[in-house]
Amino acid sequence: MTAGTRLLADPIACDGRGLCAEILPELITLDDWGFPVIRDGDVPGRLTAEAREAVRVCPKLALRLESPAKASPRP
Amino acid sequence: MTRGTDSRRPRAGQAADQLPRLLPADSGTGSSGLADHIDRYGPLRSAGLSRQRREALIDEVDRSGLTGRGGAGFPAARKLAAVAAGHAPIVVANGTEGEPASCKDKVLLARSPQLVLDGAVLAAEIAGASQAVIVVHHSVREVVDAAAAERTQAGADRVRIRVMTAADRFVAGEASAVVHWIEDGVPTPTRKPPRISERGLGGRPTLVHNVETLAHLALIARYGASWFRAVGTPAEPGSMLVTILGAVNQPCVCEIAIGTSLQEALGLAGGASARPQALLLGGYYGSWVDMAAAQAMPFSSEGLAFLGAGPGAGLIAALPQDACGLAETARVVRYLADESARQCGPCLFGLDAIARELQRLAEGRTSDLSLLRRWLGQAGGRGACSHPDGAAGLVRSALDVFKPELGQHAQGWCRGTRTANVLPVPPRRQP
Repeated sequence: MTAGTRLLADPIACDGRGLCAEILPELITLDDWGFPVIRDGDVPGRLTAEAREAVRVCPKLALRLESPAKASPRP
Repeated sequence: MTRGTDSRRPRAGQAADQLPRLLPADSGTGSSGLADHIDRYGPLRSAGLSRQRREALIDEVDRSGLTGRGGAGFPAARKLAAVAAGHAPIVVANGTEGEPASCKDKVLLARSPQLVLDGAVLAAEIAGASQAVIVVHHSVREVVDAAAAERTQAGADRVRIRVMTAADRFVAGEASAVVHWIEDGVPTPTRKPPRISERGLGGRPTLVHNVETLAHLALIARYGASWFRAVGTPAEPGSMLVTILGAVNQPCVCEIAIGTSLQEALGLAGGASARPQALLLGGYYGSWVDMAAAQAMPFSSEGLAFLGAGPGAGLIAALPQDACGLAETARVVRYLADESARQCGPCLFGLDAIARELQRLAEGRTSDLSLLRRWLGQAGGRGACSHPDGAAGLVRSALDVFKPELGQHAQGWCRGTRTANVLPVPPRRQP
């Protein structure tokens, strides 16, 4: 995966189903209400497959991978 | 340099270092008509700007160093340029001011509506927009309607001005929420991307500027960047409106040069009425600071950064000695939790839990401070807007500034003896 790729959640769409945290516990933990807390920083190359899988299985399509080219300069 | 701007010299009333710039100098409360407005500030030629002139104006705004006055402080020129680069953009003047303690946008709209309309029309002309939507608090709707009608009658503008009443909610002022409100009548923030500067109202690039930012813009176009920079600090030029309340003799909205010391700012509100113990700065997304540590500090991002605070939307609230900062914060945070748009889990559940735990703490009941801190740590960057982040920041500053009281509360002792609340919070709405 390209360096600088980040995993982002759409908090409005997210329903706290928690599949992402099961697939990618290295980067995603759940808060006390079951909503994902995504670790800051880039997705390491060795976790590319898991990250893609987490995005794919989200039933609310709330997770996405953003490559640096598309990253926005404003928060 | 300033050749790109109106060559007319500022009048005596607009001497560069003289304040107020935005509000009428007299103490009257009414707004002035279009003729008085032009008499005071001079005409603003905004219709039919050439492309060169529009670019020169963006450069002028850039040189002025004007930043957004709605709380986030983003450079105004960059926002203007981004939207001007898009196709068929639209401009929104944001006077929602959902913050219950803040009055500066309402006062500005009530007393200088023409200046805000000047800025909105000018921003639209610069960006190449044919319409400007002015969203205002219901209390000033009539004044703004009258001001807009007067312009239409005078045939002053090419840009169509549409006035709308804002939704009366805390989160309704967030830029994407304003767009959502105008478009669908729903005052909640929307997901990003897309950014509204790329795809906002009707799918068009949308420039949302706070009304005070636009008023400054109207003056920069007239008098130039160096005039604007004559007050303020080199890093944060210009003036800003502040709302001062709490333990002061004359709670008020006034205009200060950025970098004015907090002590001096409180002086403009008639001075402290009782020795304040702490100040809430910025707004309900702001920070508490200790009075002794803060009073000599300049009211600017740079000056307040040392205290972990910032000017935000210009709120300065003085907490008297006989009030309890923890109880005040708990009450405000309960209000903020209730004002959640209820769209994002971390805000809907997390902020509610934070509010509950803080309330227990403020009431001296059994509470778990480490649990509260853990939730605060999880609140940042996890909502569609910064509502949970802002509320968490407020709580964090309260735990810091009112630290001695945490232990006292645990032992059932509270310094608060007054019955009246200091920070205003609207009555709880029925869910």
